[in-house]
Order: sequence, then structure tokens, then C-alpha cells
Amino acid sequence: MSSGPVSPALRHAGLNLKYASREEAEQIESDVFGFWVFLMSDAVIFALLFALFGTSLEATVGGPTLASVVKLAPAFIETALLLTSSFTFGMASIELKRTHKFTRRHRHRAVGWLLLTWALGIAFLGMEAHDFVTMAGEGAVPDRSFFLSAYTVLIGTHGLHVLTAVIWLPILLMQMYMFGLDRPLKVNLIRLSLFWHFLDIVWIAIFSIVFLQGAIR
Amino acid sequence: MITETHGIAHALLGNLTWAALPYVRAWRDPSLSEIIGAGAGSMVVLGAIALFALITWLGKWRYLWTEWFTTLDHKKLGIMYVLLAGVMLTRALIEAMLIRTQQATAINAPGLVEPGHFAQLFTTHGSIMVFFMAMPFLIGLINYVVPLQIGARDMAFPYLNSVGFWLTAAGSALMMASLTIGEFSTGGWSGYPPYTELAYSGGVGPDYWIWAVSLSSLGSMTVGINVACTIFKFRAPGMGFMRMPLFCWTSLCTAILMIFAMPPLTVVTLLLAGDRYLGMHFFTDGGGGNMMNYANMFWLFGHPEVYILILPAFGVFSEVISAFSSKELYGYTSLVLATTAIAVLSFTVWLHHFFTMGQGADVNAAFGIATMTIGIPTGVKIYDWIFTMFRGEVRFTPPMLFSIAFMMTFVIGGFTGIILATPPLDYMVHDTLFLVAHFHNMLIPGTLYGMIAGYMFWFPKAFGFRLNERWGRISFSCWAGGFFLAFFPLYVLGAAGMARRTQEVFDPAFRPWLYIALFGALVLFAGLASLFIQLYVSIRDRAENMVPIGDPWDARGLEWSVSAPPPEWNFAVIPHVGNRDAFYWRKRNHGAYVRADQYKDIELPKNLMCGPVIGVAAGLCCFGLIWHIWWIASLFAAASVLTVIARSFQRDTTRTIPAAEVEAVDRRWLAGAHASRPVPRQQEETSLNQGLAEGFEPDRAHGLA
Repeated sequence: MSSGPVSPALRHAGLNLKYASREEAEQIESDVFGFWVFLMSDAVIFALLFALFGTSLEATVGGPTLASVVKLAPAFIETALLLTSSFTFGMASIELKRTHKFTRRHRHRAVGWLLLTWALGIAFLGMEAHDFVTMAGEGAVPDRSFFLSAYTVLIGTHGLHVLTAVIWLPILLMQMYMFGLDRPLKVNLIRLSLFWHFLDIVWIAIFSIVFLQGAIR
Repeated sequence: MITETHGIAHALLGNLTWAALPYVRAWRDPSLSEIIGAGAGSMVVLGAIALFALITWLGKWRYLWTEWFTTLDHKKLGIMYVLLAGVMLTRALIEAMLIRTQQATAINAPGLVEPGHFAQLFTTHGSIMVFFMAMPFLIGLINYVVPLQIGARDMAFPYLNSVGFWLTAAGSALMMASLTIGEFSTGGWSGYPPYTELAYSGGVGPDYWIWAVSLSSLGSMTVGINVACTIFKFRAPGMGFMRMPLFCWTSLCTAILMIFAMPPLTVVTLLLAGDRYLGMHFFTDGGGGNMMNYANMFWLFGHPEVYILILPAFGVFSEVISAFSSKELYGYTSLVLATTAIAVLSFTVWLHHFFTMGQGADVNAAFGIATMTIGIPTGVKIYDWIFTMFRGEVRFTPPMLFSIAFMMTFVIGGFTGIILATPPLDYMVHDTLFLVAHFHNMLIPGTLYGMIAGYMFWFPKAFGFRLNERWGRISFSCWAGGFFLAFFPLYVLGAAGMARRTQEVFDPAFRPWLYIALFGALVLFAGLASLFIQLYVSIRDRAENMVPIGDPWDARGLEWSVSAPPPEWNFAVIPHVGNRDAFYWRKRNHGAYVRADQYKDIELPKNLMCGPVIGVAAGLCCFGLIWHIWWIASLFAAASVLTVIARSFQRDTTRTIPAAEVEAVDRRWLAGAHASRPVPRQQEETSLNQGLAEGFEPDRAHGLA
């Protein structure tokens, strides 16, 4: 293992952590690159679901319409929760980024930010679940019409992704205490942060295309 | 056929009843159709039992588990992919013969099988050939060859590689299970709703299709990510993009297509599952559902899929033609550009799969023109291959024969493709055997010939001995002749108006053509049988055909610069690349078979049981979903997720090969190389061929002296 300084060119766009060696940096770079590629593939899934949603708007078959199911107030709070969670994850990343001294204090702060992120994610999921239950109470269930099927699948797929991230995060925290900030953990933290921000971007699209559209209809 | 069950039995076994077993159905209704079904089921069961018994008798379970099932070695995974493809090819080809027999015997007569059974036959034939024969075959070749060609030790994500393989294997297992438990879809390989919706297909058939295909598409997506990352990030120093062998280029384009084209398939199968399981209304007749969303998304996958199938074969042909013409590839840059152009254009033509479904003349015209555009880069490739052969030292080895047959046959298929790309003409022949003839004309030469050629070309690399050329030529004659006999009559029949997927035929004038086509199918099967005979004969006579030095064809890429079979770590020292055709250049410039100055320890991934565990769990989860056995589905869904989580806690994932061992293995091989007699091209098919090509001058000063 060569342990020369890591040239800036080797650093990927994303979260830079403390690297033990050039080799480690290269390895992490390619591992993270793979996740970028996965996200591209995942983005195609969301693109298709958005397209599907677009074609479904009129297919309400006399049932609830977009205007009638969309409630802007909870959507606004959900957006705030998710965007804040991205910010707190960013703060955690900054703590993890201390390249020269990753002390106990930094770790505590990083863990604190991550736990806050986690709580925000759970709150988001809770609100989303509440939305679906409310909708079901109003008869807006997925098997009512193509529109409601498409609506549910678009938002539900995003929700499932958030759920995945919410399950993933405590696992990484556990590993941080078990193994310290080792290479696999660094890779997975970077991946999770990318995933988290990706879901934020998807949510912004959902907010603009689903909720705002519902509000002006 | 499938009855809803209730109460405790339903909680435990879902919709599974005795009537799900084809044997019970054949007992209750001993018609020829049911007996054929039961026979096929028995073949699967007896085959599985025989295999288990054989392995147990040989005491090979531990060996298989430690050396193969849990391996993360890209070479072994590649071999397992090809093996899987071989098994599935055999089944799907038997089904093809049944399809042809049915149509040839059912002229104003009932024929062998009932309509529902016939529909299952063409559905499984298509689904298997695309998802469980062609895909595993090409993924297998890519897996084996690409890391060796770019000078890498393994794929970027060996663990993901294993998971991808086992997901594909689980999908194949579901295809096999449908033969003995229940039934398969009757909706064709494309599974068009609303026919595949609950309202019209109430049984488990479409569910088998949905979950088998979903597993396969998930597996393929992981392969796409893996191959793309490997090529982007793990090329040896100096191996610029324009120095890569062409097979790497076509693999890269295939991988990128997989990354972008597999998600639509995943989405579409899961949405159909939403309709069938949760009562949603994506593609249903009522509830606002719109089948056109399915058609668009399915072919948004389906058309790039055509190029996923064909591009790797283009890569194989490029390697084979160049090696067996002893010439560098003509027009390398144009071949690269053509490959990338095809990859991009493949996303612009999906609508030509449903010209007749009502989009209007303007839209059809645009897609028709886009479709014809693909002919241009493809034509460029054909000319490049021809010019590669021009004035080369062409040897008609079996892979080369397949390549030449491909070029001629594929061009004819391309012409009929132009006919189909013209919307008014497509209206005339769509949904007839003309279309069936066309896509077989593209996929048999364009995929299967390429895969067989690749298998024969790289077999000596993987196993250290050549395949028997005589049986190779016999097999080639059957595949080439059988293709024309089996599919050219279908052009005639299709132009005469015979609809595809027809269980009974009412025009006696079709009889002679159907007979010729049946005969052709038998010849094709003989081609497959001779492949197996070739394998058997070659293994039997392997002592005479050893090529341990690893370069039996005087070929050009880095994969030939290592021993056959290659060491687990591929390269004792990662090579530095200064040219295209790196190994060929080195052979001619005293750079080959040279001892390294210094050997280093090599880290390799440890074996991992997660791949097979996730595969089995995912397969069982899908089985539970198919039969509505919710406890099995949730139990095994949890099992696969927990396996992934548990694996992330594992830290001790690599093992180290000490430098001394690497050096010893390398020196032994180099000593062999310097002791071997180089073989001239005229004798490469004789037992004199030890894998050292003539023209190479061992440089004693740099060698072992």
C-alpha cells in the first residue's frame, strides 16, 4: 500500500473523508461511482413513474381528482422535514470530513446530526403514512382509479426509498461504534448521503409536479 | 384451472392445490396435451433428482459449494452463467420443436397440444430465450472476458456480481418450477395486458412470468452497473478507451443500455403486479387503465434489449474475425462510433413494435425513419468486418464460420427489417410469421451465433484445451442450414397471411412450408446436440488438445497473455498498455512471456455465501407471491434483506495471495512457454498447438535465461 498524499484529482464529487492512502481513495472513488450509476438507473424509474402520473391525471373515473386529494399544508411540512434532513445530513458530513483529527468530539457531533436526520426522516414517513390513511378515509384508495394507482405508486415508491434510507442509517451508526470509521463505513456513509440527497431532489419534483399542480387545478 | 382456496389451507398453502401438479391433471384428463405437460414436468423433477443423486454419489457438494456456488471470481461466475444459458437453451429449443410440430400437424386437425398449452409453449420459449438464455450467455461471456481484456483482477463489485448471478438463477428456477407446479403465462413473452390482467388470465401463469422476469431484470441491472464501473474504473494503466478491444466497447455499451433499459421493465412488471395483486388500474380495461402505457414502457425496455442482445455478439465477431484473419481490426474507430451510435439510437425506435396501435401516420413515419437509421452504423460494421478479412490469413475455424454465416444471414434479416420499419408494409405483415421470421433472422445469427462463436473462441482460455473442431463444423452446418430451413418458410407463410402464435392452421397450402420449417427445427436441435457431443468429445480427448500457454489462435487482446486457464488473480503483475492489440504488439516486440521484476502480494475477495442465500431467498419469496402464500413471501423477503444487512457487518472480506505463490505460478508458466514449440497458423487445429503462437521470438535475455 502506497501512502502518498491524495491528489485532488482522485477525489470524487461528493463527500470527501479522511483517506489512509491513495489506494483507499481510489477504491472508495470507484465504489461511490458505482452508486452514482445506480442512482441514474433509479432516476429512470422515477422518470417513468412521473410520466405515468402525467398520463393518469384525467383518468379519475368519477372518483377523487388531483385537486381534491392534494393537501398543501401537510405537503409543505413534509417538504420542510425532508429538506431539513438533507441539511442535517450535510452537517454530519462536514463533521465526518475533518481530515486531520477525527476526534471523539467530532464523532459525537456527527452522530448527533445523523440521529437528527434519522428523526426527521421518520417524522416525514409518519406524516406521509398519515396522509395515505386520511386519503383512504375519504375514499381515495389506489384501486379506485388509474389516477389514484399512479399517484400512490409515485409517492409510495419515494416513500419506500426513504424507508430504505431510514433503515440503513442506524445500521451504519451501529457499525461506526463497532468498527470505527473504516473503509466500508466511509463508502456506505457517502452512498447513504448521496441517496438521501437524491431522494430530496425527487421529492422536490414530486412537490412541484404533484402538489403544486394539485393546488392550482 | 386454478381454484381459490380458503381457511387454514389457504393460510398455509395459498392457492396451491393438487390440481396445480401436471401429473394430477394428466391423471384426471389423460389427453395427449396433458401427458406432454406431465412429461415435461417429470423431466424437470427427474433431472433434478438425478443431478442431486449424481453430486451426492460423487461426493462433490462441498467442492461445488466452496469452489463454485460461493465464489466471487468473475471467471467462475461467467462460466456458471454460460452453463445456465446452456440448460435453458436446451429447454427452449425443445419447446421450439414442439411449437413447429404442433403447427405442422395441426392443419385442419387438433395436433399435439391444446390451445392453452400451445400458448404456454410460445410464451416460455420467448421468455426463456430472451431472459434466461441470451442474457445469461452474453453476461457470462462479458463476465469472463472483460476483466481479462482490460487488465483487471476482477469486476468492480464481485459481491454484486455473485448476487446478480443468483438472482438470474432464481428466475430460471421459477421458469422450471412452472413446469411442475401450476402453469405458465399464455400472454406471450411481452405479457401484454389487458390479456394478462386478472380478468382474462386468472391463474398463476402471468405471476410466474412477472416474478421470473423481475428477478432477471434486477439481476441484469446489477450486471450493467458492475460492467460499466469495471470498464470505467479498472482499466490497466495505459489502456485508454480507444485502446480497448472492441468486445470491451460493445460490453460497455451493453452495460449502459442495461442501466437505462432495465428500469422500464422492472417498472412495467411491478405495475402489472400492482394490477393483479392490489387491484390497481394501470393497464386494466376499466378504472381508467391504459394499456398503451404498458406498450410504451415495455418497448422502451424491449428495443434497447435487442441491442443488449446483439452488441456483445458484434464484439465477439470483431475479436474472432480479427484473430482468424491475422489482421488488426479494420476501421476500429468507425466500429467504436457505430457501436455507440447504435446504443444511442436504440432508445429512439421503440414505437416500431406497435405501429398498428393507433398513433397516426406522422408519429409512425418518424419512428420508421429512426428505425431505418440504425441500418447505417450496422452497415458500417459489416463493411469493416469484410475489410478485416480482405487479404488476411483467413482460417475457417468454427468461430470464424459462425462469424461469416452471421454476416450473410444478418444482412438478409436487416433487409426484412427495412420492410417492417416501413409502416404501410408493417400493417400488411404485422403479427404474422413474417415478423417471427424477421426477429429470429436477427437474433439467431446476431446473438446466438455470436455467443456460440465466443464460447468456442474463449473456451481454450477458460479450460486450457481446445474444442474439437470437427464437431464444431458439424454443429455449425446444422445451425446455419437449420436456420434457413426453419425460418425462411416463415417469411413465405407470413407474407401469405399466417398469423403468429396460431395453434391450428386451416389452409392446406401452408403444409409444405410448415413441414420444411419443422425439419429445420430438427436440424437446429441437431446443432445443439452436436455442441454437447463436441463438448463431450473435447473433454474426453483433452490430453491431446491442451493449450496451457494460453494463446492458441495468435490472438491480440490481453486475455491471451496469461495462461489457460488463467490464475485466479488473472495477472501476476498488472500490465502496462502502450497500444491497441496490446498482446499482439508485445509478441512481435519481445515483450511477451517476460518475467516481472518484482511480484507483490495480491488481495482477492473471500468466498461469500450471501449470493446463493439471497438468490434462494428471493426465489422462494417470489414463489410465495405467485401462489399467494404470504408467510413464505414475507419470511423470505425478510431473509434476503437481513442477509444483505448481515453482510454489511462483515469486515474480514479479503484474503491475500503471497507474492511467493504468485511468483512460483508465474515462473512455472513462463518456463512452460519457453519450453513449448510455437505453432504456425496452418497447424493451429492440431495437437501441436500448445498455446504458443509462431512469430513470437522468445527473448532469452529478458526471459528465464
